[in-house]
Amino acid sequence: MSTKPKDGTDIAAGLLFMAIAAFFAWQGLGLDMGTSLRMGPGYFPMVLSGLLFILGAVILFKAFGRPDDEPIGRFAWRGILFILPAPIFFGLTVRGLGFVPALFITTLIASQASMRMRPLPALILAIVVTILSTLIFSYGLGLPFRRFGPWLPI
Amino acid sequence: MDLISNLAMGFGVASSLANLMFCLIGVLLGTLIGVLPGIGATATIAMLLPITFQLEPVSSLIMLAGIYYGAQYGGSTTAILINMPGESSSAVTAIDGYQMARKGRAGTALATAALGSFFAGSVATFLVAIFAPPLTTIALKFGAAEYFSLMVMGLVMSVALAHGSVLKALAMVVLGLLLGMVGTDVYTGAPRFTMGMNQFADGLNFVAVAVGVFGIAEILRNLEDEHDRQVMTRNITRLFPNRDEFRQMIGPVLRGTGIGSVLGILPGGGAILASFASYTIEKKVSKNPEEFGKGALAGVAGPESANNAGAQTSFIPLLTLGIPANPVMALMIGAMIIQGIVPGPNVVSEQPQLFWGIIASMWIGNLMLVVLNLPLIGLWVKLLTVPYYVLFPIIMAMCSIGVYSVNSNPYDLFAVAFFGLLGYVLSKLRCEPAPLLLGFVLGPLLEENLRRAMILSRGDPTTFVTRPISATLLLLSLAILVLVFLPQIRKRRDEVFTESDA
Repeated sequence: MSTKPKDGTDIAAGLLFMAIAAFFAWQGLGLDMGTSLRMGPGYFPMVLSGLLFILGAVILFKAFGRPDDEPIGRFAWRGILFILPAPIFFGLTVRGLGFVPALFITTLIASQASMRMRPLPALILAIVVTILSTLIFSYGLGLPFRRFGPWLPI
Repeated sequence: MDLISNLAMGFGVASSLANLMFCLIGVLLGTLIGVLPGIGATATIAMLLPITFQLEPVSSLIMLAGIYYGAQYGGSTTAILINMPGESSSAVTAIDGYQMARKGRAGTALATAALGSFFAGSVATFLVAIFAPPLTTIALKFGAAEYFSLMVMGLVMSVALAHGSVLKALAMVVLGLLLGMVGTDVYTGAPRFTMGMNQFADGLNFVAVAVGVFGIAEILRNLEDEHDRQVMTRNITRLFPNRDEFRQMIGPVLRGTGIGSVLGILPGGGAILASFASYTIEKKVSKNPEEFGKGALAGVAGPESANNAGAQTSFIPLLTLGIPANPVMALMIGAMIIQGIVPGPNVVSEQPQLFWGIIASMWIGNLMLVVLNLPLIGLWVKLLTVPYYVLFPIIMAMCSIGVYSVNSNPYDLFAVAFFGLLGYVLSKLRCEPAPLLLGFVLGPLLEENLRRAMILSRGDPTTFVTRPISATLLLLSLAILVLVFLPQIRKRRDEVFTESDA
């Protein structure tokens, strides 16, 4: 470990921006650049990727020699683990299972993100949310969702 | 007179029973979600946006505008009662508002905020009605080069007004622009950055990006440490300010309205700047500046009026040029495009009903806020005591339904999760999401106008500096950039933002 001060947050930010820039530049290699007069689809993205890479590099460079005044702190791992899969699950099942069961399970998954949520309240909450949403969105606003999908035996 | 008859038409549209109801629902829903701690106007609108898609264009925009005011009002309520501003524009309110609440004057602070906002909103709405139409005639003279330069200025402003590091905000803008490139190229039809997935041929879904970066990231932040909140519920006995307090309000409200109206027009987030500016000015002109930070009435009245006036006049660039002044307006643009309306100078002449209807509904929405929310404050306060772990699963369910209902495209929901994670990581790295969203919306427009301008000028890049309007706008952007990088200003800027964090 070096004793020199460095801003860990900014190092991570700079590296992240550079990585994203590199990714976009790599993806954009196959696109036609064109000329300044008639810019091809690859022109503007390439300019932006270059700019983002430079900005990332500057952020990274400036992070050294300066203490991190506000460390990253802890990550909401439990939140990430349960919140993010919720919409993905809804997307995967809303057609197959149908709106009602998909929403019920989605809410149940999301509710697990908090350590304070007990199983029974979670179940009650998911039931209430599902009933109300079905009434509002499916019956009330008339959104064209199948309430129960073809995966179910009913 | 034209103005009167136009306004009359607008009120005719806005006061139809259905539209009044949508306005009411919007205001109520906006306040409801906006009151939830840590969720500001942008996140609220992003979440509720999809609900409006099934409506007629006018009704849907009226409802959205209602949600906007409601959310903003809700944000000030949380700022005052639990010192948790949902958005940087109400951060200033929290300074003195929370102190007032601690001294048992929460009711007065809330009423002051509501009344000041209503007055400012009324004046600013009138200004929009007066100035928007003539500005559109100027806007019609804008060519591709001018549009490009104006958007550059808007993006630069959003950088200048972002919290924290200027460099990071710049990087966020560029990242937003790059994300805006995803999808089919308009000129050649070549797919870009779609990774071979047809589902992204139309570009990333705007609602998905907004909900992810603002909504989901915010929920994750709130889940980091779950602790009980201190709600200042006791002592909300006296709501209405007494005569003495009224007298104290008048000056700050008037000044705040003036500052807010002017600054709100600036692209890039004028409303935030307005509340900061108003607070600074009130502190300067006050006879007892030492009261500020300890519960000064003027410290609530001024910034709240400025903030609301700015929120209103920021509709001017949207309605005249089709350029969003802040992330909320970017969401509005997204909504208009989904409704098949191309935002810009043609809206006034092609859709006068829509244009004037929205303006009239702004005022009605503000009125509803005062009439409804003052008596309902008790209810909103109760809402603050609902534990967060009950709220966020509901929000997640709403987000999932909402995003899916836009296009019935499951990939949009995958994008929500992806951008939620990206937004969370970026916010952990102290990067503000607002410039990213603005860049994302403006990206395609910026590129299109750049390419068109270059074709029109036969490949001569000097076209941006030889055309006077374009040159002025670019010079202004350059000046802003130089200013924020100047060490002295930079220090002041840091101070202002630190003050708001305290």
